[in-house]
Amino acid sequence: MTASEFDSYRPPEPPRRRRGSGKGRRRAAGSGWLRRGAEGAREMPVVPDAEVEPYSSYYGRPVVKAPPWKKEVATYLFLGGVAGGSGLLAFGAQLTDRPVLRRNARLSALTTVGVGSLALVADLGRPERFLNMLRTIKPTSPMSLGSWVLAGFGTSSGIAAAGEVDRLLGERLPLGPIRAVLHGAEPAAGAMMGLLGSPLAGYTAVLLSDTAMPTWNAARGDLPFLFVSSAALAASGLAMITTPVEETGPAQALAVLGVAGDLVAEPVMVSRMDPVAAEPLHRGTPGQLLTWSKRLAIAGGVGTLLGGRNRWVAAASGAALLTSSALTRFGVFQAGINSAKDPRYTIEPQRRRLEARRAAGQTGDSITTAV
Amino acid sequence: MTSEPVQQRPNPTGDAHYDHPHSRRGFFTDTSICIGCKACEVACKEWNRNPADGDYEILGSSYDNTGALGADTWRHVAFIEQDRERIEEARESGRKLVDLGMPQVGPPQERGVADGAASSSATHTPDTPEFRWLMSSDVCKHCTNAGCLDVCPTGALFRTEYGTVVVQEDICNGCGTCVAGCPFGVIERREDGLVSTPAGREMPDTVKKPQNGVAQKCTLCYDRMKDDETPACAKTCPTTSIKYGEREDMLAAAHERVAQLHEQGMTEARLYGANPDDGVGGTGSIFLLLDEPEVYGLPPDPRVPTADLAHTFKRAGVAMAGMALATATAFMVGGRR
Repeated sequence: MTASEFDSYRPPEPPRRRRGSGKGRRRAAGSGWLRRGAEGAREMPVVPDAEVEPYSSYYGRPVVKAPPWKKEVATYLFLGGVAGGSGLLAFGAQLTDRPVLRRNARLSALTTVGVGSLALVADLGRPERFLNMLRTIKPTSPMSLGSWVLAGFGTSSGIAAAGEVDRLLGERLPLGPIRAVLHGAEPAAGAMMGLLGSPLAGYTAVLLSDTAMPTWNAARGDLPFLFVSSAALAASGLAMITTPVEETGPAQALAVLGVAGDLVAEPVMVSRMDPVAAEPLHRGTPGQLLTWSKRLAIAGGVGTLLGGRNRWVAAASGAALLTSSALTRFGVFQAGINSAKDPRYTIEPQRRRLEARRAAGQTGDSITTAV
Repeated sequence: MTSEPVQQRPNPTGDAHYDHPHSRRGFFTDTSICIGCKACEVACKEWNRNPADGDYEILGSSYDNTGALGADTWRHVAFIEQDRERIEEARESGRKLVDLGMPQVGPPQERGVADGAASSSATHTPDTPEFRWLMSSDVCKHCTNAGCLDVCPTGALFRTEYGTVVVQEDICNGCGTCVAGCPFGVIERREDGLVSTPAGREMPDTVKKPQNGVAQKCTLCYDRMKDDETPACAKTCPTTSIKYGEREDMLAAAHERVAQLHEQGMTEARLYGANPDDGVGGTGSIFLLLDEPEVYGLPPDPRVPTADLAHTFKRAGVAMAGMALATATAFMVGGRR
């Protein structure tokens, strides 16, 4: 991108693709498909290679910045989903009188929501200020609303799980008058877990989509469906590991529904995204994670359907489902981070939609104006 | 920009419910007269006591060895070297923009005359045709609909009485959501505020890690503004490429300047952020660019993510209800023991 001969001494720059110019295209074609035909004895391709839409960027540097989130946040996406699903299962078990499933699901919910919250706090730049998350209620901030959901769910699962622990220990804890209060509050706490379960499992999808990260933002309408499906199958999987098959009938049914939802939601989501913005979901590590997530979901779903009456098959299927959900969350998380790092994912979809609007005669809403 | 137009808010201080709102302030950065001296970068660092970005290194991107805007860099001068072909492309894309009839003033026939004049005088333009060096001092846009401000869960980011967007460093807990929420990649969490010197001198503890772990970005010199002072970058700019003032005046100056350049045949000149109907409702920092925005590292069609939030919440509500319903179904179907 320079005109001086001294530039031959420069360190190499990433290749810059040009937009618009027919000359540039012809040149690229000449060095690409024409030469390729000449190299070997194969027949020359009639149609040149499909060219990536040309675009400019500033030395290949990112336009948007990826959030400083590490593995902890991806871990929370997974654990928050498991917690939410477990909350729903626990409430269902509470209503249908399945004491073992209820106990195990409540304890699972408390454990996962607890570890997940710790992971979130650990990822903060100033962990000692984590309580500032509850400083305000802000509808435009999914993280603010999510913090309240998380706090509410955590509190109610804490109360419900405390009751279970007390019963497990044969009511030997010196609780005194608190015991009556605890057990009195248990049903309401269980109901609260059921109420906040699916919001906890799904709000993270809104949180990710409500950013300028191209892949997450492009998935905004459909990511919640993928996340709640993934949460449902993961929580069911955990219940199938912890609880004997006598009480996991509903969990197994939910697992199969979750797998079905997961397998439908992902391709639907991808088909509605800008093809360039969807690319990070298929490339590199995220692509592999999501492929394996799908395989494990199928394996777990089939295992549940065919061998769900066997304790060991059920537990193995449950483990496959849990892993599948974790891979989904890590895959989607990493794809979004990756999409911020290459300016192409930001610029090309934006260019395309801008030009589509202009072609449709809608010219009054561009940030670039001539007058 | 599908069905609902982004709400028009020329002065966003109204939303913040100030009793006595001041007029909205902003920058107009005229890149056509930027000489790339980077005095703005230095003045900004000095006034705001921002730490070094890390080790000094040559980035191999013309004279830009700063890289990008970030937690410690609130003004960044971009350098782009272009040959004749690129200049022609830029001029052509600018002409197309004029022809598109972007928000126009005046009847169409007048426009036609103006276009003709622009095209005919393009042959004797003051710009050298073989080569040009674009320089542009980038800064936080202080958007009308600010993504960072919307998604901040703690309220650490707030709208000032001057319509600008500022981080309260003692509230921010460093969650990093604003970093992802900014469509321009401006705000960043300060990860390592170490002040390092080439000689590796130890610095006193008071200098180390200032405001570490919290989100940081341009404040439009909120402290100076309150004392009726010009922000450090604008004050120091030797060519008046960076102008500061009431946003309305900046907008008027921008319109005037782009018309002037078009008259001189420089159809590549265009404004960035001057349209209140764009995806962020217009920006507080307006730019005059000489090529497409992405050439400068700016997004060509930024859109505040919150504009779609209501729809996303609706879809998420359906998904969440679906999950609860699926669980209810599961308990009915799997009920036989």
